[in-house]
Amino acid sequence: MTPVPRGDVRISGVGMHPFGRFEGLTGTDMGVAAVRSALDEAGIGARQVQAAFCGTAYGGVAAGHRVLGALAGTGIPIVDVEAGCASGGAALQLGTASIASGQYDRVLVFGLEKMPKGVIRSSFFAPWQEAAGLSPAPAYFALRAQRLLLDAGLTRQHLAQVVVKNRRNGVDNPDAMFRTPVTVEEVLAARMICDPLTLFMLCSPNEGAAALVLERGGDGSGDGIRVAGISLRSHLPGNVLGEDSPLCGIEDSSITSPTELAATDAYEQAGLGPSDVDVVECQDTDSGRELLAWAELGLCGAGDQARLLADGSTLIGGPIPVNPSGGLLSKGEPLGASALGQVVEIVRQLRGTVTDRQVPGARVGLSHVIGRGANACVTILTR
Amino acid sequence: MDGDRITLLGGWSPSSGLRHFPRAVVCPFTGADDVEAVDLPRSGTVLLHTEVVLAPPGYFGPVPYGFGVVELDGSPPLRIVTRLQGDDIHPGARVVLAAEEVPDADGNPLATWVFRS
Repeated sequence: MTPVPRGDVRISGVGMHPFGRFEGLTGTDMGVAAVRSALDEAGIGARQVQAAFCGTAYGGVAAGHRVLGALAGTGIPIVDVEAGCASGGAALQLGTASIASGQYDRVLVFGLEKMPKGVIRSSFFAPWQEAAGLSPAPAYFALRAQRLLLDAGLTRQHLAQVVVKNRRNGVDNPDAMFRTPVTVEEVLAARMICDPLTLFMLCSPNEGAAALVLERGGDGSGDGIRVAGISLRSHLPGNVLGEDSPLCGIEDSSITSPTELAATDAYEQAGLGPSDVDVVECQDTDSGRELLAWAELGLCGAGDQARLLADGSTLIGGPIPVNPSGGLLSKGEPLGASALGQVVEIVRQLRGTVTDRQVPGARVGLSHVIGRGANACVTILTR
Repeated sequence: MDGDRITLLGGWSPSSGLRHFPRAVVCPFTGADDVEAVDLPRSGTVLLHTEVVLAPPGYFGPVPYGFGVVELDGSPPLRIVTRLQGDDIHPGARVVLAAEEVPDADGNPLATWVFRS
């Protein structure tokens, strides 16, 4: 299931509305801000794109139309896309394919969200499951983290180290919600939400927006960042701990995860492998989820996460920095915007324009989201 | 459900050789279209467990409560997500099925299940 990038698809402009909590601002307001920034960077107006793809999970009917409407940019096809935590990735795959296939020369891809506060409520679960107490999202994350600890020989200390790394990176990110560093001791002493996950080990659902302008390459300008690979995949059945949150599962050691499926596609499209990647933004809904992704993306072998934590490999300055933006643990997670927020970070890292947390000399970047559905999306960008 | 004694109704596909819960139209793991109803075993072994401290949206029962994955007896393995109760819940603990009631949004009892050590 490998094909997507055939034509040369470039990112010519990116924009963000910071992730956080913004009383008085609507999702549309934040979407407009991010889209205007991306259009400005690309040097065009809203009427100069041929189609728009908007990722959102809680944005309601015609969320993308409201943003384009506010910018007098309607009239073009506007497609709203929901794929849980991977909604922005799904929008980017559609946008990329629409250019690669020759349908359009320039499109807008954006994501926005204004999440309710507290534990995420998802229409994914049947009402009886909710009433029976069988829909506690953090408990599913906790069980997955527990299994990871058992399988990979990890401890709570390792889970805390991921939080320390990401929160340290987030200090220097003006778009992040949490910009104070934390220590391992503070992370472990924070309120227990679901054993082994403490409050600091879980990301916060919040608000924000991110946007990209995609253009057909090959005009000689050559200064855009190239979408070298992108794949959105759903789950194969059978894993009782999968992000599709099934009520049952079978022996699952040979079941390929949606992240592995998407990563295999994206690497193949790009003609690259994990050792070629210079910088990664990956899904850290909780700190265990990030450690699982390291292995699923091929950054290390299963069970090798402790070594990477010990030798600092995934710190900025290490051989494979992960979540230099601070990750969702620092930024929070506005579902429809989170995937594109990662892509914005990777674009800026590859351009070399990030202040204080630049990964030196990065030429290949990878972003990864995984969540409800299950849906996983892996994007590989090159310069 | 027979008094306090309850049974989980699952599905069994002879061609895939796999059980599932709750019973589905086709085998959820293979797509095989030969699902038969089956009473699932009432005992199993805890694989993983945690505790839910914050009531999830749409749940009006007491917190905290135990939550985890149980591998039911029989072969090949069938793992189910379940509430858990008891003082001796840990990976490897033996548990048995029991009836449980939790209040719905209007305070009316909702019949569900739990595995107890």
